[in-house]
Amino acid sequence: MAKQYEFPSKGLPYLLVLPQMIVVVLFFFWPSIQAVWQSFFLQDPFGGRVLFVGFENYANLFMDKSYAASFLTSTVFAVAVAMSALVIALFLAVQANRKIAGATFYKTMLIWPYAVATLIAGVLWLFMFNPNVGVIAWVLQRKLGVNWNYLLDSNQAFLLITLAASWKQVAYNFVFFLAGLQSVPATLLEAAAIDGAGPAKRFWTIVFPFLSPTTFYLLVMNLVYGFFETFPIVHQVTAGGPGKATEILVYKVWRDGVINLDLGGSSAQSVILMFLVIALTVFQFRFIERRVTY
Amino acid sequence: MKRSAAIIAALALGAALSAEPVTFEFWHAMAGTNGDVTQKICDDFNASQSDYKVVPVFKGSYADTMNAGIAAFRAGQAPAILQVYEVGTATMMAAKGAVKPVYQLMAENNAKFDPKIYIPAITGYYSTTEGKMVAMPFNSSTAVMYYNKEAFTKAGLDPNKPPVTWPELFADAKKIKEAGYPGGFTTSWISWIQLENFSAWHNVPFGTLSNGFGGPAARLTFNGPLQVQHFTNMYNLAKEGVFIYGGRENKADPVFTSGQVGIYFASIGGYGSIKSASKFDFGVARLPYYPEVKGAPQNSIIGGAALWVLTGKNAAVYKGVADFFTYLSRPEVQAYFHEKTGYLPITTAAYDLAKSQGFYKANPGPEVAILQLLNKTPTANSMGIRFGYMPQIREYEDQVWEDILAGKIAPKAGLDKMVELGNAKLAEFERLNK
Repeated sequence: MAKQYEFPSKGLPYLLVLPQMIVVVLFFFWPSIQAVWQSFFLQDPFGGRVLFVGFENYANLFMDKSYAASFLTSTVFAVAVAMSALVIALFLAVQANRKIAGATFYKTMLIWPYAVATLIAGVLWLFMFNPNVGVIAWVLQRKLGVNWNYLLDSNQAFLLITLAASWKQVAYNFVFFLAGLQSVPATLLEAAAIDGAGPAKRFWTIVFPFLSPTTFYLLVMNLVYGFFETFPIVHQVTAGGPGKATEILVYKVWRDGVINLDLGGSSAQSVILMFLVIALTVFQFRFIERRVTY
Repeated sequence: MKRSAAIIAALALGAALSAEPVTFEFWHAMAGTNGDVTQKICDDFNASQSDYKVVPVFKGSYADTMNAGIAAFRAGQAPAILQVYEVGTATMMAAKGAVKPVYQLMAENNAKFDPKIYIPAITGYYSTTEGKMVAMPFNSSTAVMYYNKEAFTKAGLDPNKPPVTWPELFADAKKIKEAGYPGGFTTSWISWIQLENFSAWHNVPFGTLSNGFGGPAARLTFNGPLQVQHFTNMYNLAKEGVFIYGGRENKADPVFTSGQVGIYFASIGGYGSIKSASKFDFGVARLPYYPEVKGAPQNSIIGGAALWVLTGKNAAVYKGVADFFTYLSRPEVQAYFHEKTGYLPITTAAYDLAKSQGFYKANPGPEVAILQLLNKTPTANSMGIRFGYMPQIREYEDQVWEDILAGKIAPKAGLDKMVELGNAKLAEFERLNK
């Protein structure tokens, strides 16, 4: 059993966590409470007129078919981004971890995209893939005969933001996977090789279990990223379009709150998102973490 | 000893003379050149007198600036002057306790203020139905047609005779495509140009109660036969590849400047950037109209932003703001702003001054825009647009327009859907602002 430490006085531990608590209350609890409060009102942005409407803001959302569609879009998007970013990063990390010429160069190059601000990443992808002026769009249309026009084709728009969002996250995942791989004891791998285990066998029975804490952590981070931090990319590349095809939840919250100044509706959406995050976290820690070996 | 006493006396006297001026803030969204010009105008005002000092503060995009103003007001820290884009007009007008109307400000401070010196299509946008100016127009633009003269020549068209009506434009656009261009024409701002300005230019209503000027009970009605006809035409040409969709807001700019199409609808505010980005000779012309519509063309409406005075300041500050607005309205200040930024002058005197300075000889584009605004005395259909949740309404328009182009909904049904979605938000706006 682990040894328990006890503070000499009762007050000291509280004093020590106080700064952290102030930060949490001020920047997390207080705005959350405000959002819950505002979600029950219809109000003019300057606060001059306020009308209590009960659950009407929520009812409006749930009766709106496009909101349900936005839910589905966000989920598919987050899962697609997390999966592709994880798989690609793992593949690249395993390759870069070998003894190859110029490994440092590859590693540096692969980490680089993470230094690019999400908004700038959006602009880069926009310029490359814009159907009218983009370089890659030109190749797709003129050389490969693809009818590339993500401004009007929903599937292409969805694919594009998924690619752009994953590209950015691959670099982040790569760093963690590489660090994880370097902590796998070489002796185990050598012993397995002597016993006749091939590269695939060695990877799945030794390397992958060693990486499971890293993978779990990254899965949580990537889903959160896909759900909540990708909005600059959507904002830049598609603005939620065509139609509402790429209108993910967090983009809609921002749009309705900041641009459309619909504070009640936007707050109701934030509260729903808040519950989504709580549910996501609980699920991950209860069901997926059990399969992780530390 | 005597000398130092004299110095002290001189210093004291100097301090008394240069008493701290009354300082007030002006929050704006003017970046780049526009920001520099705004700064210069404020500096000039400060140098022109010693009683007041206006401090311009850049707050980011229009939406950022408006949000910053709202947050500051709610915290009791509002600036004296807040720049708000035209779609925020109804929200500002509804925020009664927060805004000090300009006409009232000017009257209280006995400022020299004659509403008649302003261009009616500009000040009308920010006035009450009785014609009282509520906000001070700052940077105003309007929608015009840009055309690539090189493309016109290649298509066998006269580069000095741009199309005047929509049927002519469609025919010209087809010829441009036939001449080897990827497309014929495109537009920015489907909402502002092809619905709001389109309706005003044809003197047909965009909504009820004088396009919302009559109060929050107003509703959208831009799904009339003329708008349906226009959208159907554009949709059909899009199918033929004559119309190319370039994205929302002004994202279609590069489609024109890179020579993909020959004709483009955009704000005159973008004149400078289009000029620097395009490598061909282009012209600016009036918006086309449907010749069968009686009374068309009427006048186009403005976009851009105005200065709103917020409440909660002391009398000295308001006196300073009134002086600043009087200064802003001077012909030489307006002409300077107009010539440097490309935005339109707000007084006819400033227009005459720019003309006498020979500005339009080198820059014929901006004059087209002014003449388009001055074309006729504005009517209830062409004074402007004043609806709550206007950014949201424009977003619906963008979304449904894309669905129309993608063939997911027919043009008529699409316009009906835009109106229906918008009116649901307006019902909310009315309920709150009764």
